[in-house]
Amino acid sequence: MTEPLGPKAIPGFPRHVRFQFDAVRERWVVLAPERMFVPDEQAVEILKLVDGLRSVESIAAELAARYQAPEDIVLADVAVMLADLAARGALQVA
Amino acid sequence: MTLSPPLGLLAEITHRCPLQCPYCSNPLELVARSGELPTETWLDIIDQAAALGILQIHFSGGEPMARSDLAQLIARADQCGLYANLITSGVQLTPETLAPLVAAGLPHVQLSFQDIETAAADTMSGYRGSLEKKLAAARHVTAAGLSLTANFVIQRENCARVPEMIQLGLALGVHRIEIAHVQYHGWSMVNRSRLLPSREQLDAVTAAVEQARAAHAGRLVIDYVIPDYYADYPKACMAGWGRRFINVSPAGNVLPCHAAETITAAPIPNITTASLAEIWNESALFNLYRGTGWMAEPCRSCERRELDWGGCRCQALALTGDAAATDPVCSRSVDRPKIDAALAEAASGDADLVYRRYGGAPSLSAVIARSGATKQSRARDGSGLLRSARNDDKK
Repeated sequence: MTEPLGPKAIPGFPRHVRFQFDAVRERWVVLAPERMFVPDEQAVEILKLVDGLRSVESIAAELAARYQAPEDIVLADVAVMLADLAARGALQVA
Repeated sequence: MTLSPPLGLLAEITHRCPLQCPYCSNPLELVARSGELPTETWLDIIDQAAALGILQIHFSGGEPMARSDLAQLIARADQCGLYANLITSGVQLTPETLAPLVAAGLPHVQLSFQDIETAAADTMSGYRGSLEKKLAAARHVTAAGLSLTANFVIQRENCARVPEMIQLGLALGVHRIEIAHVQYHGWSMVNRSRLLPSREQLDAVTAAVEQARAAHAGRLVIDYVIPDYYADYPKACMAGWGRRFINVSPAGNVLPCHAAETITAAPIPNITTASLAEIWNESALFNLYRGTGWMAEPCRSCERRELDWGGCRCQALALTGDAAATDPVCSRSVDRPKIDAALAEAASGDADLVYRRYGGAPSLSAVIARSGATKQSRARDGSGLLRSARNDDKK
């Protein structure tokens, strides 16, 4: 089990990882060397806010406000999802 | 059922290569420079690939850096949203040759290593000083900020050094390591009895990989490919025939895998006479072994048929004479004894290596004779083959 990211951690896409829209299949994908991840709808909304500047808690706060959801629950989800992608080498964490 | 679009394109843009590895995955019949597709055709293939839904393009060969238009092709792939991967030997990779590729948008380089000892690397690659050049190439790639995969090709003579290979990869700052045992097609089939490791050697490599994976989890991705001769069930070759991947040869042949030119049950489509979409969707070759409808027993009723898709068609053809047979590595195949015989033969295999060169390939019948030869007849035929191969090369 991967440890969730801390609230102050700042996730970003490494230069060799691409988060892009697959127009043929009409879905978002994360492309990495010999790897492809297809994030679900919730993960896509999280990843759209990953810019290498915002912290995990800042991303969670924005999503909690947008969807009027409890911030602690959103924060837990965001921290786990991003940690999972980081463990697979598709995100770097500062 | 609608057909899913392909995900990956293996662009074998040239067969020219400064290395002569005796396990090269290229076909025995290599395409000469004069037979290579021109730049405009490759640019068009890239446009078509993106429109078809391909997301990753692997520039391979031969040595893709042997083509002077590589940066142009990478730039087009990048513009089309294709994730570009350069699969290279690295011996021509210098800051000067890398810079235009970086500028073109290349994110990732996969660098092959034949060994991590100078003399052994020279012997296996047929290229003097290859290791030193590859180590320098690795440093240039990481210095340029690109992601680097080190691909270590494993066979019996270097497999004891896998722990050191992984350490080297870490020291070079790679993101990903491939520990890839040789697979037996084409040139490696010719040299099979010299390359196959023993079961004990394989188990030691597997243990080393598992240990390193645990030790570096989250920091390093290690992909591991075993020699399928030791497996109980076949590999899902290419993730299934015509399911995910398209291979385009230097001459524009469009194939479900890089060895599929050996398949004779359907004509080989070529990009100069049909579009990529037409070939993917409609060609006889891509539909030949697609899905499960073509399968005979024991595949047809096997619960694993959508896990391994019957294994490798080219291996079935090479070893059983029937491309629609169950992959003979499968423990349920009636042809499994052929694999066991090859393993037994390899245990005493000591033939000379046949190097991958233009005109260096022995005839197909000679390959079969060689790979199935008794020790005595191999001593006669094998050495003669090697001599004639070398002589041909000098012409």
